[in-house]
Amino acid sequence: MAANTPSQPLVEVKGLSKHFGEGESRVDALRKVTISVGAGEVVGLLGPSGSGKSTLLNAIGSIIEPNEGWMRLDGEVVYDNRWLRRDLRRMRLEKIGFIFQTHNLLPFLDATDNVAVVFHLAGVAREEAVERSEQLLDYLQVGHRKHAMPSQLSGGEAQRVAIARALANRPRIILADEPTAALDSTRAGIVMDLLRKLAVEQRAAVIAVTHDDKIFNRFDRIFHLRDGRLDDEGDQL
Amino acid sequence: MNLAWRDIRHKLGRFVLTCLGLSLLLSVVVMMAGIYRGQTADALALLRAIRADIWIVESGTLGPFAEASSIPGDTREMVARINGVVEAGSITMQNVQIERGGRKVRLQVAGYEPGRPGGPIHLVAGRAITRSHYELIADRQTGLAVGETIHLGRNDFTVVGVTSGVVTLSGDSIVYMTLRDAQQLQFDLAPSATRREAARGAQRTQTDLVNAVVARLSPDVPPDEVAEIMRRWKHLAVLTDGEQQLLLTRTVIERASRQLGLFMGILTVVSAVIIALIVYTLTMDKIREIATLKLIGAPDKVIVGLILQQALMMGVFSFWIGATLVYFFKGWLPRAIVMVPSDIASLFGVVIAVCLLASTLGVRAALRVDPGRALVG
Repeated sequence: MAANTPSQPLVEVKGLSKHFGEGESRVDALRKVTISVGAGEVVGLLGPSGSGKSTLLNAIGSIIEPNEGWMRLDGEVVYDNRWLRRDLRRMRLEKIGFIFQTHNLLPFLDATDNVAVVFHLAGVAREEAVERSEQLLDYLQVGHRKHAMPSQLSGGEAQRVAIARALANRPRIILADEPTAALDSTRAGIVMDLLRKLAVEQRAAVIAVTHDDKIFNRFDRIFHLRDGRLDDEGDQL
Repeated sequence: MNLAWRDIRHKLGRFVLTCLGLSLLLSVVVMMAGIYRGQTADALALLRAIRADIWIVESGTLGPFAEASSIPGDTREMVARINGVVEAGSITMQNVQIERGGRKVRLQVAGYEPGRPGGPIHLVAGRAITRSHYELIADRQTGLAVGETIHLGRNDFTVVGVTSGVVTLSGDSIVYMTLRDAQQLQFDLAPSATRREAARGAQRTQTDLVNAVVARLSPDVPPDEVAEIMRRWKHLAVLTDGEQQLLLTRTVIERASRQLGLFMGILTVVSAVIIALIVYTLTMDKIREIATLKLIGAPDKVIVGLILQQALMMGVFSFWIGATLVYFFKGWLPRAIVMVPSDIASLFGVVIAVCLLASTLGVRAALRVDPGRALVG
């Protein structure tokens, strides 16, 4: 695995294209998109519905396979017109943390185990996994709810537990899909502050898809997507 | 962290209800195996109760259970004179139906000569038959108690003793009476029929007939040797106890066994389909959770393990409940059910295999889940 050097961006995408369907039904979701996000940066992906924001996020998250382009994540070239790694799930586990629009906590696990499941998948011993999960929950100020089931958590608490899960394996890349959509403006602000804190403290790159104009001013840069194309190189805010 | 068990614990009520439903189905499979064993046990119980070494029946027949057999009553004396025969007794077998407490009860009447082979071995209540007429010994399954009177043919019979564990191949209870009473019951015509026969000048029908003669041999005499001597009498056929057992277990109940086997096979297939559908439904209910697990990096073995373990837990619990139900309620069922540990173990193995096979549908569905589904709001 290649190591990321201080000068290298954590997420580097060049000429990434993705289309769905063929012939007359072909839809170009991404057209030669090039972006790069460095450590400690929080960037936003904006654009109307169908502009390709989620497709770009999914491609960076190795959930969908692009048709062409080049991609380096955390210093490792993972895509060069084809996936260069076979164990994409392992790569996600090692490098990427996901934060969803809805918290997507596993309903049959309590708050601690929802975080510990990531450690479990990474092969960490049970006791250590619980200890580290509780530390993360404390860090995100939701430690007092560590034994609560997801159905017993408020929207803000559940989202903080989900963020704790996303951070469990200390990923260098955090992908957030509408992380504040289900929250009021106060809680949305708290979550964005948290993402900023993580980016700075853990030297992580945060990429968030959003429609929420209340949080536009929380990003370092904003990329505007339209019909699968980037409008600019990322507006500096 | 066992994700399968955590998920089950989260929806415990639904899991228990599913297992209860499945356990009823599996209990029928266990019952079928028990009925098959019970049928064999019933057949052998009747033979063991008579404890004969050889059976002398009508020539060209496989009587008295597999085929009808009728031989002269004095055959017993001929048999008793053969070297090696310790004792011999005549027996008759006849099916009757009586009404008791407004319910029709089927019985098999066994006629025997008190003091000779063919009668009940042990009594659980009352005494042996001491009078030559109108006394009965009933199997406990008939529900008849000592002192009770029932009407058979043209006479009333009093129950003087109760035996247990002796039924016919079809599960009917047995009552014992003296040979003479049984012959009258079997061969005597009704008075009106007797008068008609006399009016047309017919000779009186011979009633000193028996269905078989059973003999016990000296321990140092091989049954086959004695049987061979008797087979020289052309008007009789002879079966050793081993041949009679083989006849009952392999031939007489063979068709019933095949049918039971067919039912078991069909029920096993039905169980497999139901388990497959339940596992598939449980999997589809968890699509979002599976997608989330995949997204955060869970390998396929974790997803497959989740589904397989749940299917196995469902199979194990359901089978355990089903087998326990049959064990505790088998006494209330009309047919004898014998649960043999090796049968239960084999059925358990089949259920586990069925669970594993049935989960493939759910496993396939789970493996096809796109992790991107977790991102859909």
